[in-house]
Amino acid sequence: MGEFIVTLLTGLSSAAALFLVASGLSIIFGVTRIVNFAHGSFYMLGAYIGVTAVTAVGGGAVGFWVAILLAAVAVGLIGVAMEILLLRRIYRAPELFQLIATFGVILVIQDVTLWIWGSEDLVGPRAPGFTGAVTILGQRLPEYDLVLIAVSPLVLAGLWLLFNRTRWGTLVRAATLDRQMVSALGVNQRWLFTGVLFLGSALAGLGGAIQLPKGGADLLMDFNIIAAAFVVVVVGGMGSIGGAFLAAILIGLLQTFGIQIFPNSTLILMFLVMAVVLIFRPWGLLGKPEIPGHGVVEAPEAPLRPAGRGLRLAGALVLAVLLLLPVAHLAVPAAVDDFLLVLVIDIMIFVLFAAALHFIMGPGGMVSFGHAAFFGGGAYAAALLVKFAEAPMEIAFWAAPAGAALLAILFGWFCVRLTGVYFAMLTLAFAQIAWSIVFQWGEVTGGDDGILGTWPSDWASSRIAYYYMTVGFVVAGLLALRRMLFAPFGYTLRAGRDSPLRAAAIGIDIKRHQWIAFTISGAFAGLAGALFVYSKGSVFPTEMEIARSFDALLMVLLGGVHSLTGPIVGATALTWLNDLFSELSYWRFLLGATIIALVLLLPDGLAGLGDTWLARRLGLAAPASGSGANGQETPA
Amino acid sequence: MTALLEVDRLSKAFGGVRAVQDVSFAVNPGELLALIGPNGAGKTTCFNMLMGQIRPDHGAILLKGRDIAGLPPHRIWRLGVGRTFQITATFSSMTVRENVQMALISHRNAGRRLWRPAAGTETAQADALLDRVGMAEQGDRACSVLAYGDLKRVELAIALANDPDLLLMDEPTAGMAPRERIELMRLADEIVAERKIGVLFTEHDMDVVFAHAHRIMVLNRGELIAEGTPEAVRANEQVREIYLGSSVEAGQA
Repeated sequence: MGEFIVTLLTGLSSAAALFLVASGLSIIFGVTRIVNFAHGSFYMLGAYIGVTAVTAVGGGAVGFWVAILLAAVAVGLIGVAMEILLLRRIYRAPELFQLIATFGVILVIQDVTLWIWGSEDLVGPRAPGFTGAVTILGQRLPEYDLVLIAVSPLVLAGLWLLFNRTRWGTLVRAATLDRQMVSALGVNQRWLFTGVLFLGSALAGLGGAIQLPKGGADLLMDFNIIAAAFVVVVVGGMGSIGGAFLAAILIGLLQTFGIQIFPNSTLILMFLVMAVVLIFRPWGLLGKPEIPGHGVVEAPEAPLRPAGRGLRLAGALVLAVLLLLPVAHLAVPAAVDDFLLVLVIDIMIFVLFAAALHFIMGPGGMVSFGHAAFFGGGAYAAALLVKFAEAPMEIAFWAAPAGAALLAILFGWFCVRLTGVYFAMLTLAFAQIAWSIVFQWGEVTGGDDGILGTWPSDWASSRIAYYYMTVGFVVAGLLALRRMLFAPFGYTLRAGRDSPLRAAAIGIDIKRHQWIAFTISGAFAGLAGALFVYSKGSVFPTEMEIARSFDALLMVLLGGVHSLTGPIVGATALTWLNDLFSELSYWRFLLGATIIALVLLLPDGLAGLGDTWLARRLGLAAPASGSGANGQETPA
Repeated sequence: MTALLEVDRLSKAFGGVRAVQDVSFAVNPGELLALIGPNGAGKTTCFNMLMGQIRPDHGAILLKGRDIAGLPPHRIWRLGVGRTFQITATFSSMTVRENVQMALISHRNAGRRLWRPAAGTETAQADALLDRVGMAEQGDRACSVLAYGDLKRVELAIALANDPDLLLMDEPTAGMAPRERIELMRLADEIVAERKIGVLFTEHDMDVVFAHAHRIMVLNRGELIAEGTPEAVRANEQVREIYLGSSVEAGQA
């Protein structure tokens, strides 16, 4: 009994930081519709700044709490800086484009933190007056846990007063319901957004600082909390503070009890709960369905046109370079070395992966946050067949797209019922469930050690042979995806995205169509996974991680979601940049800063540049978007 | 003669509000039937139930003798019901012709074909439909750049793509200039006469209603309060009192 009560209290105390971070995330999303991935970084900064502030102010009975509040305010100001310098410039960009910007911020903050505070974990200062433990029915509980338990309701009450008893709070609630209406009433949105960013970021900073006596500060905090915070926000209902409170307690308890009951499946539990909630209550426990048609009005996409001459020429040129590269490698090994071939193979694999994601994201309007499930799922399908059946490459290779497609059929059946951010979150949940299974089911998947020994058959085992095989599959894959988009299938997919109302009124079963598209996309992601697993000779759970899903997302968004060339350009640029920076110290900072710069300079994505500036410059008269993949082919 | 559409005691409540209550009526082939009523009378709810966007609480909707109540919109369309919306709904990333092609492709159940490009399919039929609504010259323009009146015509062409027996038009002339209204309704008249389609439409413009409807139903607070020829409805005391007021004079003008 005592053990139960102490576990319960521990769960409640661990919900505190979760609630603070999630409520901030929820407030920011509610008003600005920005999914702030950098929110975990603000939490981490809160912890680090808290440590410094306690040292500076002195950890006395008053000093400690002053320092914590200072940390929260400092993080709030960092959030304001992000809003003014970055987000404010891209509110008019396509939906979710701000995501990339916040990705960039994550990377920059990681390296800045590393640079200022070093790589060692910091031990948190202890809270004066709460350093001991209380004994409950023979079980000991740190006194500070009781402080944390009290914090959430206090903050909840404070927020309630702020939102219900002040003019500013009323405006925030109104903007959460209908942003257009609030702006039509003459409210200056800029300062509303800035204020919301301050409040939301400060809450995250407070969360990071207040958990210091319990958890200290380390460089993994950002990613460790962000997934859980998203789960809390989604389970509670986007934009609902009360929902975040309930969900934080639910998830907090789930984690502490989960460790005791299912020590081997703690990771899966949280995402399982999120999946179940989204399936039965698509808008979360206390969330409300979004008012349709009152989001950001985007400029319509231009009609799809067959590749123009210029793009076809460019595509042919790229293909020629790809085909001749190994020849150059044999002729001048010094200039075109082995590493370059490996890099180009990697680039091609990610181009296919990104194109597969773009297939549903661009024409389908379905943003998946969990596409690594199919990339990694495909890779694991092949690797498992090798491990347990010693299947040769010719057979195992095909298991990848098939396995990924099966997974997509299963996940897709649930996911296509939702739209927008909720769809994205459910894909994330399923991807995390798949990842947890792979990670924690060591006997079958090898867990963290992965599966080794997936090498190509003899005929494809030389670098050059495998290179050509990759070129063949990737080019064929891209052409097939492109072909489908120009076929009635792709038109129907776009119809469902452009106007669900009209699509249904001309007999299109949108959900079923999206389900099929999701499956096709999964199969092609799996094919990329197959190419990957045989090029590396091994596969690890990292291929199914959130980070891998975000890579693909970043490639598509960075390339430009409204262009068929987008994923190709984006994947190439990002893989190349990753490789370029990876040897440098502070490569994250460089990559993050580059991403932020690209976002600010090219709000339509990299392909937007190719389609407009370059095209105009060269007089190719390519249409504004939807033009040409790698363009060797015009379906006619 | 059996009616094309028979609606029997259709009802829907939202929370405690009875939006539509025991509404019964029939639409015959070749007939233009207007559904009018003040704002909040339940016209749109009624429409959305007919088209499957809202599931009725109870009541039957018989299309050519088959109950379609509660079917999803895409199934209802396949049974021969076309629809235009109060606020036009077209595919903004497609050209005018592609919009109509899309409906034709769907009508042929070809929407899942993965290989042959869509550009070359159903072009002749699409152009014929566009020609019928007077939009032939604008086939290559993007739908997103059209004038509103032209969009309404495109919607009509889309709605005709499956050769419907019944056409539901929700405020077909809303947001249009007076001249465009006359032209669009004349077009609707012609098409109904040619194809013997039954049309049910809602409309706020009483000139349009009294000039074009063969029969008029008046809905108030979810209930049908009158039904009959334009003359009969115009003369109905209850209608005058509750709803029409001075508009009747305008309608006579």
